[in-house]
Amino acid sequence: MSDAVLPAVTAAPPRRRTRVPVAVAIGLGWIALMLAVALLADVISPYAYTALDLRNRLSAPVGIGGSWAHGLGTDELGRDVLSRLFHSIRMSLLIAFGATIIGAAFGTGMGFLAAHFRGWVEQAVLALVDFSASLPFLILALAVLAFFGNSLTLFVVLLGFHAWERYARIARGLAISAGAQGYAAAVRQLGARPLRVYWRHILPNIASTLIISMTLAFPEIILLESGLSFLGLGVQPPATSLGNMVGYGREYLTRAPWILLAPAFTIILTTLAISIVGDWLRDRLDPTLR
Amino acid sequence: MRAATLLEARDLVRRYVMRRGLLGRSVPVTAVAGLSLTLHRGRTLGLVGESGCGKSTTGRMVLGLEMPDAGSVAFEGRPMPPPGTAAWRALRARMQMVFQDPLGALDRRMTVAAQVAEPLDIHGVGGAAERADRVEALLRNVGLRPDQGARYPHELSGGQRQRVVLARALATSPAMLVCDEPISALDVSIQAQVMNLLVELQAEHGMALLFISHDLRAVRQVSERVAVMYLGTIVEEGEPDALLRDARHPYTQALVSAIPHPGRSDGRIVLQGDPPNPAARPSGCPFHPRCPVAVARCAQEAPVLRDHPGGRRVACHLADPAAFAEAA
Repeated sequence: MSDAVLPAVTAAPPRRRTRVPVAVAIGLGWIALMLAVALLADVISPYAYTALDLRNRLSAPVGIGGSWAHGLGTDELGRDVLSRLFHSIRMSLLIAFGATIIGAAFGTGMGFLAAHFRGWVEQAVLALVDFSASLPFLILALAVLAFFGNSLTLFVVLLGFHAWERYARIARGLAISAGAQGYAAAVRQLGARPLRVYWRHILPNIASTLIISMTLAFPEIILLESGLSFLGLGVQPPATSLGNMVGYGREYLTRAPWILLAPAFTIILTTLAISIVGDWLRDRLDPTLR
Repeated sequence: MRAATLLEARDLVRRYVMRRGLLGRSVPVTAVAGLSLTLHRGRTLGLVGESGCGKSTTGRMVLGLEMPDAGSVAFEGRPMPPPGTAAWRALRARMQMVFQDPLGALDRRMTVAAQVAEPLDIHGVGGAAERADRVEALLRNVGLRPDQGARYPHELSGGQRQRVVLARALATSPAMLVCDEPISALDVSIQAQVMNLLVELQAEHGMALLFISHDLRAVRQVSERVAVMYLGTIVEEGEPDALLRDARHPYTQALVSAIPHPGRSDGRIVLQGDPPNPAARPSGCPFHPRCPVAVARCAQEAPVLRDHPGGRRVACHLADPAAFAEAA
């Protein structure tokens, strides 16, 4: 009888849902568009990215005297800029995501190793970090690519080592401070194995800092890829990437700026979108800021 | 009357190395200097002393979180395995710690229920459904509603957080709980609640408690025995009421006299001299530079903890067991 009038106190209070800001929505939309383009590049490209159309060399985009046959114009060999852009986006996103994830995973792992074992392991990791931070990356890249030749896998892995020392420093510092007192020490004295402490407790707690670091590294890697491709060390023709397009379009900057501007704007918008979304993601992932 | 011995610590010594300044010489600091204590099943030992006297270090060594530089800890008759080993990890289910700062001891990115379930996961207790039931029972046990398990630590009050820490510590039904200043980060009104909860939980679960505090009154409320620490050693040990009524060590006398009593302003012993510095331990009795009744012998010879009548132990040259025996 009495249980019929008991109010339902066990229902948890509903969490407030914050609305997604406009800039973030646009950024998310742009990233989604880029991913879609990268996945569907073969399907949505009007031409093969290597197909020549020698009659329509350096044709201008629609709107400034071009035809609908080549919406964004063509390059010096008459290749369709739109088709090349789609394939470049696929290549550059693959490289940038791959390299960012490799760098973050390797750097964080090394940082945790240093924080966990201390002693000579830490000294060795720190020596590697200092070595990596003081060595100009281009020289390292030149040496590796000259020695081992160029392949896409090697190139991605190489770029992954571009900023690993940052993650290593951040992860080591935060893991040591977490382990010295507080939640990590508390979980360790519960009897948890080190892997559990690092994976389930320390990593989620320092993820926001690492994500910020990743959103900073992502544009850098796109630009680095562009630079290396420009030097002829990155993506090799006939394969194409955003940096590759910018590099080869430079010669026609005055006569056919559309070759360079299309990939350049894509780089700018993608890096900006990643930064904005990364910043928002950091706040969203932290339950104390919700 | 005598309960079974659960844990025995013998002559614990712990030294740290402290460096002064950037290029200064490293100075050894003796945090704990030859301390022995015994915990009995289901009983509470209070450990009091001012900050920096080695209370927390003692607690950590008793739990096996730190290895003593000398001396030994035996839990249930077996020596404490070194930290990080499988045997040490398995032993964590039998002994737990309650921290001073509950917010710091909880992971702010995990819900309360997930954290209470953590020791069950770690030690592989029961299946998923069983664990969920156990978490709910634990939360109720410490006076929280099960729906509060879905909250994050920062969404709870200080007292509720300490209840969560207690629930997590009790999850594996430990035989021993070390409470390191469990109430000093809480409001006075909440302190009493948590203390009462602790007493209730001990009555229910029957675990032994090592209650570390700088507050003699708080210790008296929960403890069957109290040990007073000064500069890394126990200077006096006994039953709390007897200790408060008739302190025999000059340091305990000063501590007892510092407890405020309404309507009593006289008889307060104010200690002279500098607070103790573990990096520069005085010769002889560690308390002699501040002791109002020190004699020449105190500066030369360290007093040992001697048994006095009435289950008391005192480390002072001037507290003669025989004299008390005659007086008693």
